[in-house]
Amino acid sequence: MSPTPFLVLSAMLFTIGAIGVLVRRNAIVVFMCVELMLNAANLAFVTFARVYGNLDGQIAAFFVMVVAAAEVVVGLAIIVTIFRTRRSASVDDASLLKY
Amino acid sequence: MTVFWLLAPVMVLAALGMVVARKAVHSALLLAVVMIGLAIMYAAQDAPFLFTVQIIVYTGAVLMLFLFVLMLVGVDASDSLVETLKGQRALAVTAGLLFGSLLVASVGQASFGAPVGLGAANADGNVNAVAQLLFSKYVFAFEVTSALLITAAIGAMVLAHRERLTPKPTQRDLAEQRMRDYAATGAHPGTLPSPGVLARHNAVGTPALLPGGRPSHLSVSRVLRARGIVRPADDYRDDVGPVVRAIEAGAEAGSGAPDARDAAEPTGDQP
Repeated sequence: MSPTPFLVLSAMLFTIGAIGVLVRRNAIVVFMCVELMLNAANLAFVTFARVYGNLDGQIAAFFVMVVAAAEVVVGLAIIVTIFRTRRSASVDDASLLKY
Repeated sequence: MTVFWLLAPVMVLAALGMVVARKAVHSALLLAVVMIGLAIMYAAQDAPFLFTVQIIVYTGAVLMLFLFVLMLVGVDASDSLVETLKGQRALAVTAGLLFGSLLVASVGQASFGAPVGLGAANADGNVNAVAQLLFSKYVFAFEVTSALLITAAIGAMVLAHRERLTPKPTQRDLAEQRMRDYAATGAHPGTLPSPGVLARHNAVGTPALLPGGRPSHLSVSRVLRARGIVRPADDYRDDVGPVVRAIEAGAEAGSGAPDARDAAEPTGDQP
């Protein structure tokens, strides 16, 4: 089938993720929205792999997954550390560098 | 094709629900829906290896990690509705919608020609083809990935590590502390009462009844009390009442001294 529906779906998911990052305050939900954006980009990679008939796109998606897994581990550890010191997972509370 | 049109609306709705869900746990579960949908999309596009990896790594590992952290941080850590920057929400949604429509319109109008398809590339199996590419053209990136994973693991250990500033209390210290507390405040040194004792129900939300008929607040978890799902004593006291009365009538109950734990109990409603 034509790749356009897949790419449109990918664009929509990416946009929803971006809006979520901008709107939500809970650091964990913000993180989930980042994951959604990474996944949307992966869908585009896989679709283009099919369009051009080589597997480089799938390899790129695979590496994105690996990096995302590593990023989640470190990011969630940071969130837990911030929660321990501030008793809150809100991104608004971690604003000490602002002053 | 059918798979796509069945799944795409579900995925978009789940993604929208993830953004607007009030509770972070609901967001995580809706994200799982999106990720499983994406895995099926990969399978529909001749990427069985990524289909498997998506389910195992994302839905299996990453999302479970999210749920674990939600448990650690507290499920009820909800969003504050105070806007730190004035009008930020409305502006963000507007900008996002503009960006999305721009992206969708441009992608929708671009023409990619007929897709070549992965039939030739996947001739001797998708996993074999991916492995050959991964260990030849991308072998350096693959090696660097190992360094990344080790760094991430060490980083998580360093961040999660907490230095112990006081010596760990031994069993003897704890026992002495309990006796000191008993001497100072009269706090009961023994174990806390279990929920549901003498109350005909032993669910964790049912407080134990003290001999005087009052519920023991010590017997239910603090968390359950904070969530407000502890059964009120009136619900279940009445169905013990007849039994108690029968016992009292039979035994010509003398007014025994109330139990020490009953006396130490903070205020409860007297029947």
